[in-house]
Amino acid sequence: MKFEHYGIGIIKGLTVTIKHLLRHPTVSQYPEQRLNISRRFRGNELVWNRDKCTGCGTCAKTCPQGAIQIVTSTDMTENKYVVDKYQIDTGYCIQCGLCVEVCPYEALYFSHAYECARYRRGELVQGKETMLETPERKVSGYFYPDKAKKLPEQTLLVEKVTEKR
Amino acid sequence: MATGELGIYNLVKFQAIPPDWPGGFWWHWLFFTVVVIGFVLTMVMGVIYIERRGMGRMQSRLGPNRTGPFGLLQPVADAIKVLLKENIVPVAADKIVHWLAPVVAFAPALMIFAVIPFANGALLADLNIGILYVVAISSVSTVGIFMAGWGSSNKYSLLGAMRNVAAVVSYEIPLVLAVVGVVLIAGSLSLNQIVVAQEIPFILLQPLGFLLFFIAGCAEINRSPFDLMEADSEIVAGFHTEYSGMKFAMFYLVEYAEAVAISAIITTLFLGGWQGPLLPPWLWFVVKLLLVFFAMVWTRTTLPRIRIDQLMAFAWKFLLPMSLLNLFITALQVLAGWPTQLIWAMIIVNFAVMALMILIWSRFFFRLGWGKIEI
Amino acid sequence: MAVKTEPFVLNMGPVHPSTHGVFRMRATLDGEVVVDIEPVFGYLHRGIEKLAEQRTYTGVIPLTDRLDYISSMSNNLAYCLAVEKLAGIKVPERAEYIRVIMAELQRIAALLIAVGAFLNDCGAYFTPFLYMFRERERIVDLFEMASGQRLTYNYMRAGGVSQDLPEEFMPALRKFMDMMPRYMDEYDRLLMQNEILIARAKGVGILTAEQAINCSASGPVLRASGVKWDVRKADPYSIYDHFDFDVPIQQTGDCYDRYRQRVEEMRQSLRIIQQAMEQLPSGPVKAEVPHLIRPPAGEAYARLEAPKGELGFYLVSDNAIAPYRCHIRPPSLINLTALRDMVRGWKVADLIIIFGSIDITVGEIDR
Repeated sequence: MKFEHYGIGIIKGLTVTIKHLLRHPTVSQYPEQRLNISRRFRGNELVWNRDKCTGCGTCAKTCPQGAIQIVTSTDMTENKYVVDKYQIDTGYCIQCGLCVEVCPYEALYFSHAYECARYRRGELVQGKETMLETPERKVSGYFYPDKAKKLPEQTLLVEKVTEKR
Repeated sequence: MATGELGIYNLVKFQAIPPDWPGGFWWHWLFFTVVVIGFVLTMVMGVIYIERRGMGRMQSRLGPNRTGPFGLLQPVADAIKVLLKENIVPVAADKIVHWLAPVVAFAPALMIFAVIPFANGALLADLNIGILYVVAISSVSTVGIFMAGWGSSNKYSLLGAMRNVAAVVSYEIPLVLAVVGVVLIAGSLSLNQIVVAQEIPFILLQPLGFLLFFIAGCAEINRSPFDLMEADSEIVAGFHTEYSGMKFAMFYLVEYAEAVAISAIITTLFLGGWQGPLLPPWLWFVVKLLLVFFAMVWTRTTLPRIRIDQLMAFAWKFLLPMSLLNLFITALQVLAGWPTQLIWAMIIVNFAVMALMILIWSRFFFRLGWGKIEI
Repeated sequence: MAVKTEPFVLNMGPVHPSTHGVFRMRATLDGEVVVDIEPVFGYLHRGIEKLAEQRTYTGVIPLTDRLDYISSMSNNLAYCLAVEKLAGIKVPERAEYIRVIMAELQRIAALLIAVGAFLNDCGAYFTPFLYMFRERERIVDLFEMASGQRLTYNYMRAGGVSQDLPEEFMPALRKFMDMMPRYMDEYDRLLMQNEILIARAKGVGILTAEQAINCSASGPVLRASGVKWDVRKADPYSIYDHFDFDVPIQQTGDCYDRYRQRVEEMRQSLRIIQQAMEQLPSGPVKAEVPHLIRPPAGEAYARLEAPKGELGFYLVSDNAIAPYRCHIRPPSLINLTALRDMVRGWKVADLIIIFGSIDITVGEIDR
């Protein structure tokens, strides 16, 4: 194991490191700077559309974890199902997105937020009332390209110039 | 004493401080004791901050910037956190040895600063054996580290401590020989005299000595690329595995205090100590110290670690012959009177000799470590 | 008169800063020299093969994400190839090109982590690791744009891809392809010729070609030992025969060669992506396949060149909506069998380096 290159390799490495001192660091200071997440963000929580849902149960059958529970009852006057209980255990969900993909009536979406921490595990289970779309719970564009176009563009690291300060 | 006409520092003359300033021997001693302790502790905090921020910037991230403005209070936060931790002593440990080890390791790092000049004559004790005292004291730290490794009753600590002792003993010799070259040119062992004798900083007259001292110094204080004593390659943190609380803080402090000490010695011996125009002398000293420390941070960020047998081979087969040859050539030059008469020739010849020796030694005479051992 | 020594057992436990994941090694040491080594794994066993029998064919795809969690697209692709072989599904052309782009981008991302972790084990204090992660961030941003997540993509389906690429994908990919070669040259300058790294890694942990073939090693470990075997050329799947790329090999098979091999493979992947980008046609991205696939009874084995080696899926179906048996051939586990021969006679610090150069992911070993 001879000493090759007589120390030139070490000097080259040192020049690379010192150049980084003059570059902008690739760091964003959370929570002052928040980057935009993807338009198709497959995030923590789900958003349910009460009007379009018919209680068919395709999402519950497709979920690999079995995290969706649906209880329906028949409504003889209007000849359709009434969804009594629609519950998703967000703690059990693995955010695979198969339920959103499979819904034939476009009644289920992902929410476009990631700061969804709760203090108790029981609060992770979301029912009919907590899963509606509100201005705070925006809908993400996973599988819905028209909704994706309305969201802000994602911040990309390739766009950030780090060479000059 | 070098009195060349090309002295860069001839522009500003400094008034030497008399040895019993501010008035009587006891006041001098008390004042400088306080100054040394305050200086070491403040510099250690500053140096920790520089290392974390500097290394962060070189790794394309920021260092700590939340505690206090620009993260300046981060070392203070670290100190408070460490003080509040529980002091755990293993059951099978040798209590006295375990308790004494941090003290034995830390005291020499403070004692080195007794002879380092902050301005002309401004040092605790102007010993006329200055640099010899420094070399002697810095070896005592190793005893402290070995005590830590043995007193922990942990086989991994012992392994780490043994590696450390082997490395430190091996790197003492090139360190001392690099210093002797400087002493020959300056003509005195006292650090104050060495600084005053530097009309031109000795880094130009002894480039190979500077390089050897830097490398051997990094190895003495367990800094990358020689930090295998405390790195994650062994299962845990080496000799300070079993330490927590204030004792661990002492070891942490020892590492950085020794880094500051080595930087201070390099500044005094090679870079011209406190000399410089415009600014007050102690400020120049601090600036040069921080520059040398930044070079240490720079090499830590870039270079990978060396294995233990490669470390020993590097010391004995590479650094030792080069330091002997450096000493021989410097001695010849001093005998021929070059430092006073032919100073430009000395600079050029020394740089050429350094380049030539590194080239020849790397190519022909050097094999690093053992290979695979047949079982 | 020699000093009498006795070997002792050092347990590098499941939680250790240098093993990549929960992996345990019991090393018998004689001083500093490693005499024997016994790996103990199983700390991350989740029963993926058994869980796969209880989910539908499409529901297994999120499970395969979590096998080798660093290169999730490759796992998805291997499984989808197996299902397509079983059910006889034909994939449209645009989907094939998108799959190739994603797989090669994933290969670059996984090899970046492998190289970064290896250099971190060598002792360069996180600097190359952080630089590699910065490049990986750029790739993962592209994946996030296409699939919505950053680690477990769930992007491939049997019959194609789940969604089409968004329109901002191709400009961003072009920007990435412009800047990547420059950064790779910079990282070469950082550590490729560093004398300390060469002294540490050259000649250390040699795996000869014969030993590698006997252990059924695959991937960069095999090619660094001098055997020119790449599943993309030897047994082409998808549309890899449309592209023009080389299979680099190295001579010796030590740690330095494995590091070099991974860097060279990254460059070849960049070539493939460039060609695929230019030839990308338009069209549907998924074949007309129902969500609940019911393939006819039979068995199929599909293999793929994952970033770590040859990943294989063996599926047995009995005409139900869930697979009857799903077995996975993990490349990390098979490569790991060569560890003992490589390590004996070296020191503890070399053990860490050799282990890092094989590049395992425990999620794959334990499944």
